[in-house]
Amino acid sequence: MDSEIISQPLSAGETKKRSVTIFGVGTAGITMAGQMAAEDFTGAKFVAVNTDNSVTAAGAEMIHLESKMLRGLGAGGDPERGCELAEENFDRLKTACAGAEVVFLVTGLGGGTGTGVSPVLARAARESGALVLAFVTLPFACEGNQRERHARQGLEQLKTVADGVICLPHQKAAKLLEEHAGFADAFRASAHLLIEGVRGVWRLLMYRGLIEIHFEELCALLRAGHGESCFATVESAGTTRARDAIEKLPAHPLLDGGQALTEAETVLVSLLGGPDLSMADVNRVMADLNEHCPKARIIMGAAVAESFHDRLAVTIIATGRQPRTSAKPAPGKNGKPALTPDAPGFDTELLHPTKPERPSSRHVPPAPALSVEQREQILAQQTGKRGPVRKAGPRMKQITLPLDIVNKGRFDKSEPTIHKGEDLDLPTYVRRGVALN
Amino acid sequence: MFDSPSIIVGLEIGTSKICAVVGEMNDDGVLNIIGVGQARTRGVRKGEIVDARAVEEGVRHAIVEAEQMADVEIRSVYLGVTGGHIRGFNNRGVHPVVSADREISDEDVLDVVKNAKAINLPQDNTVLHAIRQHFLVDGHDGVTDPVGMLGARLEVDVHVVHGHLNRLQNAIRVVKGMQLEVNEVVFNGLASSLAVLSNAQKELGALVIDIGGGTTDYVVYSGGVIKHTGVLAVGGDHVTNDLAFGLKVPQGRAEQLKIENGSAFIDEAVKGQTMNITSELGLPLNTVNLEHLRRIMVMRLEEVFQLIAQDLEQAGLLEYLRAGVFLCGGGARIPEIARLAEQVLELPVTLGKTNTVSGLKSTLDQPEFATAIGLVRFGSFKFRKREARPTFGQNLKNVFGKLLPR
Ligand SMILES: Nc1nc2c(ncn2[C@@H]2O[C@H](COP(=O)(O)OP(=O)(O)OP(=O)(O)O)[C@@H](O)[C@H]2O)c(=O)[nH]1
Ligand SMILES: Nc1ncnc2c1ncn2[C@@H]1O[C@H](COP(=O)(O)OP(=O)(O)O)[C@@H](O)[C@H]1O
Ligand SMILES: [Mg+2]
Ligand SMILES: [Mg+2]
Repeated sequence: MDSEIISQPLSAGETKKRSVTIFGVGTAGITMAGQMAAEDFTGAKFVAVNTDNSVTAAGAEMIHLESKMLRGLGAGGDPERGCELAEENFDRLKTACAGAEVVFLVTGLGGGTGTGVSPVLARAARESGALVLAFVTLPFACEGNQRERHARQGLEQLKTVADGVICLPHQKAAKLLEEHAGFADAFRASAHLLIEGVRGVWRLLMYRGLIEIHFEELCALLRAGHGESCFATVESAGTTRARDAIEKLPAHPLLDGGQALTEAETVLVSLLGGPDLSMADVNRVMADLNEHCPKARIIMGAAVAESFHDRLAVTIIATGRQPRTSAKPAPGKNGKPALTPDAPGFDTELLHPTKPERPSSRHVPPAPALSVEQREQILAQQTGKRGPVRKAGPRMKQITLPLDIVNKGRFDKSEPTIHKGEDLDLPTYVRRGVALN
Repeated sequence: MFDSPSIIVGLEIGTSKICAVVGEMNDDGVLNIIGVGQARTRGVRKGEIVDARAVEEGVRHAIVEAEQMADVEIRSVYLGVTGGHIRGFNNRGVHPVVSADREISDEDVLDVVKNAKAINLPQDNTVLHAIRQHFLVDGHDGVTDPVGMLGARLEVDVHVVHGHLNRLQNAIRVVKGMQLEVNEVVFNGLASSLAVLSNAQKELGALVIDIGGGTTDYVVYSGGVIKHTGVLAVGGDHVTNDLAFGLKVPQGRAEQLKIENGSAFIDEAVKGQTMNITSELGLPLNTVNLEHLRRIMVMRLEEVFQLIAQDLEQAGLLEYLRAGVFLCGGGARIPEIARLAEQVLELPVTLGKTNTVSGLKSTLDQPEFATAIGLVRFGSFKFRKREARPTFGQNLKNVFGKLLPR
């Protein structure tokens, strides 16, 4: 028997009616939002927020933040001014969010507008009742440490107000390019990647899922990772599309040769296929990911769109758990920020999160009079290293798996066994996405 | 012959089998198993009755069989119950000692235990057990018998097991409808633990996992008292169902494959091996990959142990299981199951033996009977307690006093 253990075709999904507003903030943000408006984000409302007249975006409503005091001078590279302008126009921002269930906020951090306005806008959006996801780029190291500092401050603020922040350091996107490519190319490449990331999440939200992910779940995932996630999207077509996608994923530059997956605590997987997407395809991708992400809790969603006949898109958002502690820019040799091939400083914790500290409990613990810390110390001394880490529990959390995919067999009529949102009546191997081959 | 007072019967209405075990207390207080009756269950899902008529038939069969073997008439039973609605937690009761001399009396003990049971349960829920852990006198803990001690404030820690009243009554109603008296309703996991653990193991700290057809029941002891109980509404039926789905075979065939070819370990020998399956008529039905069979089983069983490990880790109890883990229930028959449990729990795991009771040796060696035998043992504690009424204070000192259902 080959791996086609579950090969019944999945029924096609429809799109959901969910009101999404996409904000582009600042020059970079508006540029990216403008590109998105021109692509297939059908049904979304676009809003551009700026403090000067640097750019416009077709298909987007424009909001100019002005202050009588500043006389149309804009934020001028100063996030504090951007922030003040936003606070002054808070009600306008809130009105722009009205009616949106979900707000996507797209911006380039580092300047005055995107950095200063975005956190205020995020707050306005939440106050108006929307769930807020921010997609941001971080400056190149060589843009100077002032921008870097601003960007970090902006990021920290965003993390506290937004439901989730997905960030992409330009430096990483640059790895996709030839060495001597110019900044314009690099920005374009970043914008492209960021938009792909937005698209992956968009699909999860908009297409009726075969295996649905709740937006709240997604936000919880991003929050748990303290907002710093790395992501990647691959697309493939033809009969070998599942296998092709699997091969492309670890090779994706944003995933650092798969390293980001190895270290990830939580991985969100969004699959989009045509009506011909089979459970076997889903299984194959998931089985492979399970192997690549030994530590992660995996949240998977799959959706079907008519237009994706014979195609498969896989978007991965990988999140480490450790919060970043300090925001020191990585200094170069002469005190200037270094321009290294690896994104400096920023994602290192994400990619190398510290391991959980729990010692193996196979050791019979010493007398209970000792504190937990003392015990751990003793164990560490005894073994010279940390004990083996207890195997994580069920790593894949599934929110709802429609019954037409997996028949519950003899449990069809009994009360389902639900554990933390997971239906344990479904075969474990199916829930964990293990392909039998 | 009549149901003499020294006859104690345990009845488990399991998801897979209904089982009645008859015990007899001799004059020296030694418990002997003298009869067993069994029937395949129909009408139970995940430990709970869904078809009363079918269950009644099974119970009647099992009881008659047990009566014949033991040559007694069964009039009352200790009834085992389980189900995903059953939960356990620890609670503390407080009682001010009001007597002028501040000497703690039997009444004070009864009152404090009553207070410990007065808890806010979800509506429709009822206390199944409130099991004494230990007393505190004026804040000093670790007191096993406070009667006669001096103090102003008496407290008691209890482990409370509760469940949904209607769902518990479903089982009681069926049994009572058959003119059988129910002496006591006991959580299956608790009963199984009584059958397989010695006092020393309870003292050291132990986990008993009963893997049945529809549920997996577990109980944790430490320092001689029950610390934790749990029910996971996942059992051997889930393994079967997973196999039926994954190997594309009917449920009945999946059950057979599980028992004949199943294991909780994937050894080299099965890798790449297939097996042809024929229908009852001998026609080829399907080809089954043995490695897949094992993998499906391992993943399910691994998950069961992981979920239990998580629960116990959260309760902070994994560190205290110095006597290790004991498996029982039909699921304990799965080859290599102890090895798998050991891997996941990182604790020594053994198959539970019901050698705490004497009698029909062949009967006692079967893991499925742990619950019913434990029910008899539970009954025997009650029995001894009844005998020991006049010296109630003394009685508290023995381990049996720790069991105070309802
Ligand atoms: N993707 C993309 N990113 C850009 C582009 N230009 C700048 N960025 C990045 O975005 C960050 C913020 O720059 P801007 O968007 O120009 O700044 P702003 O938010 O408009 O703020 P002010 O103009 O200073 O008020 C920069 O530090 C760059 O890292 C671009 O054309 N495309
Ligand atoms: N040799 C075996 N291999 C695998 N599973 C077994 C074996 N023997 C019994 N079982 C399983 O054990 C379960 C029944 O256990 P039991 O303790 O009798 O359950 P219950 O108390 O719920 O009726 C069934 O799922 C049965 O398939
Ligand atoms: Mg600008
Ligand atoms: Mg049982």
